[in-house]
Amino acid sequence: MKLTKQEKDMLNGKYGYAVKKSMGILVALGEIYNAKKLVEVTSVQIAGVSYDNLGDAGLEFLEELAKDGKVKVLTTLNPAGMDLENYKALGISEDFAVKQRKVIEAFSKMGILPTCTCTPYLIGNNPHFEQHIAWSESSAVAYANSVIGAYTNREGGPSALASALTGKTPLYGMHLNENRKAQVKVKVTCPVKGTWEFGALGKVIGEKAKAKPVLITGIKEATVDELKSFSASIATYGGAAIFHIKGITPAKVSAPKEEFTVTQADLVKAEKELDSECEVDFVSVGCPHASLNELAKLAELLKGKKVKKEFWITTARPTKKIADSAGYSKIIEDSGAKFAADTCCVVAPIKNRFKCMATDSAKGCYYAGAKNNFKVKIMPIEKLVEEACK
Amino acid sequence: MELKGRKICGGKAEGEALVTKQGISFFGGVDTQTGKVQEKGHELEGQSISGKILVFPQGKGSTVGSYALYRMKKQGTAPKALVNAECETIVAVGAIISEIPCVDKIDISKIKTGQKIKVDGDSATVEVK
Repeated sequence: MKLTKQEKDMLNGKYGYAVKKSMGILVALGEIYNAKKLVEVTSVQIAGVSYDNLGDAGLEFLEELAKDGKVKVLTTLNPAGMDLENYKALGISEDFAVKQRKVIEAFSKMGILPTCTCTPYLIGNNPHFEQHIAWSESSAVAYANSVIGAYTNREGGPSALASALTGKTPLYGMHLNENRKAQVKVKVTCPVKGTWEFGALGKVIGEKAKAKPVLITGIKEATVDELKSFSASIATYGGAAIFHIKGITPAKVSAPKEEFTVTQADLVKAEKELDSECEVDFVSVGCPHASLNELAKLAELLKGKKVKKEFWITTARPTKKIADSAGYSKIIEDSGAKFAADTCCVVAPIKNRFKCMATDSAKGCYYAGAKNNFKVKIMPIEKLVEEACK
Repeated sequence: MELKGRKICGGKAEGEALVTKQGISFFGGVDTQTGKVQEKGHELEGQSISGKILVFPQGKGSTVGSYALYRMKKQGTAPKALVNAECETIVAVGAIISEIPCVDKIDISKIKTGQKIKVDGDSATVEVK
């Protein structure tokens, strides 16, 4: 890999400890992946924010870098382990809160915006087509590469942080057009509607194609919310960094020879796999974080109703603030449903807290089982509200 | 038998191999406190990777897995070394920030659980006794 004189100086410590350590990570990655050089990025999204995931070791790592580290580009954060303002109401302990706040402080000290959302593209981190960025958070990576057409690898928390502190990333993987081409064509022969069904579709395609870039045909329309849900699901179940949907995503790709079909039966099978025999005691919406449209829809569905089960809506704080001014939040909270901003069910320390979670998110289902030990039931948003009010 | 691969992270380690044909998710798939694999249905479910030479095709799952490895190293529950068929970024970055010897481009079908293994990250070799 060819480094410029300035990059060599960065690596040798001329610009301080944080830059040196960061360059070390980027250069090592670049060598592994045969990158010819480093490229500048216009924004960064950082995962590895919840104290539940970082632990004291991760916090130490961040505090070391924060001693002299300052970001070079717009840098936003993934969800934290708690609602930074309202954590007590959601049952988070003071001990956890103290540590979580230290994590946020370390990031803020480096100039990172504590946006605490997996939907940076909904709240002001807006890359455009063909821009090189360095994002972590697999759902946001899939969305940015596929729906926006920006260029990013599936960065890990530390490598994204390294890019933020240097403004660079190695030119490999998704930064190169040849790796973004469709390798498998997927013909969808059934209607797909709603975030839950797009999530199920992501599971079907992800499990079959794994991380191979696919070109999907047969989808006539998809809302931003459906694409958001699909991005999260295909990234979770398949490890995919990019997908193409004919007529919907912007990149021009040719149809590959290898293909498979997705039928109604495949979708139903995936939905059944995410439907357990259990009594719902927890309803969750917002994986990825709920958009304004979704909050408007929830307000419409919950108006005048009372929920009888624990019902959490996870969203970005900026989105919630707009929902507050629009009056949606009052309607939603009057029903007994609760908002959790800055956080989500994947990274909050809620293991074993509930037994059976109903959600419209296929990604949410995966982590509920793997991390939190909940049984799950996937269903559309309208049914979630019905379930919550039973 | 000596297998030659590619250096991901330098350093030497020696220990007992724990081999799987399935990918490992360090975030969510492994309990960082105990080192036990907790992914439901995984062929290593319930087994501890702590102190082992962990041999697997590649990492998978959330990008936060790199911190999970770092956390395990600090707590003393990390594997002694990582051997992959084809390393991806979660494991590569995790190994580098945690300083866990890591080698990839190894034919992992040649290694069996229980064998005594020596890993040299710098020369990118895996010696099977």
